[in-house]
Amino acid sequence: MKPRHRRFAWIGAGVIAIAVAVALVLNAFQSNLVFFFSPSQVVAREAPQGRAFRIGGLVVPGSLQRQSGSLTVRFSVTDTAKTIPVVYTGLLPDLFKEGKGVVAQGTLQPDGVFHATEVLAKHDENYMPPEAKSALEQAQRKGGTMATTQYPHGATQ
Amino acid sequence: MIPEVGQFALILALFVTLVQGTVPLVGAARNNVRLMSVAVPAARLQFVLVGLAFACLAWSFATSDFSVANVALHSNSRLPLHYRVAATWGSHEGSLLLWVLMLAGWGFAVTLFSRNLPAALRARVLAVMGLVAIGFLLFLLATSNPFERAIPAPAEGADLNPLLQDPGMVVHPPMLYMGYVGFSVAFAFAIAALLGGRLDATWARWSRPWTTVAWCFLTCGIMLGSVWAYYELGWGGWWFWDPVENASFMPWLTGTALIHSLAVTEKRGTFRSWTVLLAIVAFSLSLLGTFLVRSGVLTSVHAFATDPTRGIFILVFLAIVIGGSLALYAVRANAVGGGAGFGAVSRESLLLANNVLLIVAMASVLLGTIYPLIVAATGGTISVGAPYFNLVFPILMAPLVFLMGVGPLASWRDAPVPALWTRLRWALAVAIVTAALLPFVMGTWMPLVAVGLFLALWVVAATFVTARQRFAGMPQRGWRARMTANSPAWYGMLVAHLGVAIFIVGVTLVRGYEVEQDVRLEPGQSVAVGGYTFTFRGIAERAGPNYDALAGTFDVHHGDRIDRTLHPEKRTYRASGQVMTEAAISPGLFGDHYVSLGEPVSEAGAAGAWSVRIYVKPFVDWIWGGFFVMALGGLLAVTDRRYRVALRPRESAAALPAAAD
Repeated sequence: MKPRHRRFAWIGAGVIAIAVAVALVLNAFQSNLVFFFSPSQVVAREAPQGRAFRIGGLVVPGSLQRQSGSLTVRFSVTDTAKTIPVVYTGLLPDLFKEGKGVVAQGTLQPDGVFHATEVLAKHDENYMPPEAKSALEQAQRKGGTMATTQYPHGATQ
Repeated sequence: MIPEVGQFALILALFVTLVQGTVPLVGAARNNVRLMSVAVPAARLQFVLVGLAFACLAWSFATSDFSVANVALHSNSRLPLHYRVAATWGSHEGSLLLWVLMLAGWGFAVTLFSRNLPAALRARVLAVMGLVAIGFLLFLLATSNPFERAIPAPAEGADLNPLLQDPGMVVHPPMLYMGYVGFSVAFAFAIAALLGGRLDATWARWSRPWTTVAWCFLTCGIMLGSVWAYYELGWGGWWFWDPVENASFMPWLTGTALIHSLAVTEKRGTFRSWTVLLAIVAFSLSLLGTFLVRSGVLTSVHAFATDPTRGIFILVFLAIVIGGSLALYAVRANAVGGGAGFGAVSRESLLLANNVLLIVAMASVLLGTIYPLIVAATGGTISVGAPYFNLVFPILMAPLVFLMGVGPLASWRDAPVPALWTRLRWALAVAIVTAALLPFVMGTWMPLVAVGLFLALWVVAATFVTARQRFAGMPQRGWRARMTANSPAWYGMLVAHLGVAIFIVGVTLVRGYEVEQDVRLEPGQSVAVGGYTFTFRGIAERAGPNYDALAGTFDVHHGDRIDRTLHPEKRTYRASGQVMTEAAISPGLFGDHYVSLGEPVSEAGAAGAWSVRIYVKPFVDWIWGGFFVMALGGLLAVTDRRYRVALRPRESAAALPAAAD
């Protein structure tokens, strides 16, 4: 090969390598997008079965139940319009409280129970996870009956 | 009175930066020495004024002056003094002020260490830094005044978020900001080169140490943040691919690329316009990161809606800085010129591959960080999970680390592959064999662990070969003479590369062999985790300065004897009533033991059973050790004498300095 041809071969190989890398990145990206659904959307069967997604809203006061002898907990998440039962095994974050905002990631079981693999409630007390907040706002827009004082406003730090 | 002094100093500083950002530029364009000489005193005055403003705010925090709204919202009189001072940068306003202080500090440093620079370059660099400061001071004064009064003053402050009441808060943000803002110097050098239309090897030599120092600070800042998250958040992870973390990681990746590209520009005069572009991108990402973290865009996408002035200001400022510098680049990059050609396999081509891989990696992080924000702006809600990053990142980094072994041995211009093969085949063989055997020592053989260990061992072996070859070819006699004949910059490179190897060992072994268990434990009960037995002895009450804690006692047995005792805590902060988990960790060279309390899970309450998270994390401290060694290598490189040699008038015209390495 002439030096010029060799140069082209190297550049070509480089371009192909980058193209492969970009394809890999985009493919991994697409299969790891986690979508968010509000309890109302889940009840309306808009959420996928079998694929992981996130739900958000308020933990219904009085709904938290512990299974004795294990770390499994059950609670309900609501956007004030609809409510979804959630099961989770593990340690709950410090800021997980009844009546406060929460976001959970997991899969929806055929029986309508959301099996959470991760429960998120972080930052400070006044902070409302954006997903939870948007779920409440959506429900409010549709229903239009909820009083705004029912949930704490998300503090914008 | 004091807060007003601070605010007044900030306003004065704004006027000073207006002069600093304009007059020297005009001077440099007209070759007017008197106008150019304004830059140095202006930059120093700006530092004094911003320093005064910062001191005023810190004083207000230290004395708990709750008539300042910022203090009332983020501090409390029962907070220990060091946290009250650290609370100065615990808010949006305060941290922006810290940013501006760092910027002024870097400008001040430039005035001290730039006597050897040509007057026009010096003036332009300081002017560009002044222009950046204008934007930030305007932003502070117009939308985020840290000195705003709250009348009537509340009797007590709302307290600093308990998550932030940690030694990490004292050191992590200043360190990180030093790094972030430090890239403004590299940026200013790049813009000055574009404005002046001249960029040569000497220019690269001037901007190199600044870039490296900033990179060292950023490395340490990220490391401290990672350590902090590890012990404070109670999740036991050291990196979560959280958008806030990514915001600091993207400038780091670009800065790493910049350091390597600057090396080529200095040694060979090549990659010039690419280097300039990287400097612009690194600083732009620093700005983007600052605003992502500090504007509230990330923690709540609705922040734009609640405070439109702030959001719009941010967007306009980012557009001006990034758009303006890229436009300047587009117009002037040709004037900067290309450089000498190089062979398909050469030090240059390997460093080019390094740059491409780092930038692709940065772009993949950017995609995962920004995309959810763009979707959020259009009304949707999605998130990008850690699995995306955990899959993509190692695949992009593996070839980079492999080439890292080859690069330092390859010669400039052209490096014949057969010669490289002859030199490196034994290093390769040793790395492969050892990496295949080591996982057996750890217990279970896993392919990914073997791959990770191979990469680390390969870097170590290749670095050893590099060093041995250098020493063997030296004319000096005796070890000492040979040791001192090499430049600190060369040693710095070797040390930093070894740091990467240490880091990889840590990451690989933690991911491969860590054991995590969430368990329910009654007092007196034991659980075996990763070859150790953890016994829960019970809970006791303990009062801290501004919190009440429930402290658990856990004995860790290894074999028959008690190895150590751990005391994880559950704290309730009195001012806010917020609950915090304080994990107990016993660190070790070969691994950490980590216990974190969940909550009482039986009817008996705190005296009964608790949910407990227990980890055994082999070699986890090597992760931060690796970061530390990388930063150490950077600092070593900066001490190189050639960065301090006085400028001879002729030298600035020389295209290629005849450096030894």
